[in-house]
Amino acid sequence: MSASPATQDPDLLRRLLRAKDRMDAASHEEWPVGRLAEVSGVSEAHFARSFKQAFGIPPHRYLLTRRIERAVALLRETELPITDIAFETGWASLGTFGRTFRDITGDSPSAIRSRGKAAQEEPGRVPVCIVSAARRPDLTTAVSEKRRQAAAGTNEPEQQQESS
Amino acid sequence: MKQGIDVVGLYVRDQDEALAFYVEKLGFRVHTDVKNGDYRWLTVQHPEQPSFQLGLFTPGPPVLDAATAQAVRAIVAKGAMPPLVLTVDDCRAAYDRMHALGVEFTQEPVDRFGTVDAGFRDPSGNGWKMIQGRG
Repeated sequence: MSASPATQDPDLLRRLLRAKDRMDAASHEEWPVGRLAEVSGVSEAHFARSFKQAFGIPPHRYLLTRRIERAVALLRETELPITDIAFETGWASLGTFGRTFRDITGDSPSAIRSRGKAAQEEPGRVPVCIVSAARRPDLTTAVSEKRRQAAAGTNEPEQQQESS
Repeated sequence: MKQGIDVVGLYVRDQDEALAFYVEKLGFRVHTDVKNGDYRWLTVQHPEQPSFQLGLFTPGPPVLDAATAQAVRAIVAKGAMPPLVLTVDDCRAAYDRMHALGVEFTQEPVDRFGTVDAGFRDPSGNGWKMIQGRG
């Protein structure tokens, strides 16, 4: 049913990239599928599937990795309270932030903060924006799936997350 | 003679579009623009860097077969080519100028570690970081 990545129209891919760039630039904002689809000039029905086909990850999950990446950077590089970091990176509640953070990184924000401080390195001659992309958390399974597996040790099929 | 890197090439989706972008919006100059049948060798240069040429090439025959060319076009359009870095004297001034010309910025200028950086893409999807030199 789905074409291989190489057969996606490059013009469509360029427009999907624009949606990805917009999430990168403002990951703290809300990015419902309708907004992303508009950026890419495609229908809502088409967007999530095309995005996943192009970038290997559903748009919602991509957004979560970017938010966590920013939160990790803020924990390491600033003295901001964790609550402020949670709100600044786009979470509506501290609880959801903490849970999602642990699910993705396997650690709590405060643990990452104290460990990151100890191991802080100078960015040196690598452009900072590239360093942070290289440290981006890898989220290959849905957060809900990770959580379920941890809790039950079962292997249920992944739930639809794209539409949230 | 001097030894060193002379040309590094980018893949672009359309050479006329790329030429207009790099010359009119970024202020580069055309170094070489020659056609040999269907093949067009096109390079541009930063005005302050006469020893280096940036090639703007389209993936396709006779260099690449059609399927490979299609895969390369997809990779470029997805922004998956390696990063490019442009050094400027004044990142905010360059941003203002380029933004007014319609350059697609992916990141507005941000102060970081004693310098300022921004990000933009060319029409094909190649991503550039623009970093203010540390003087």
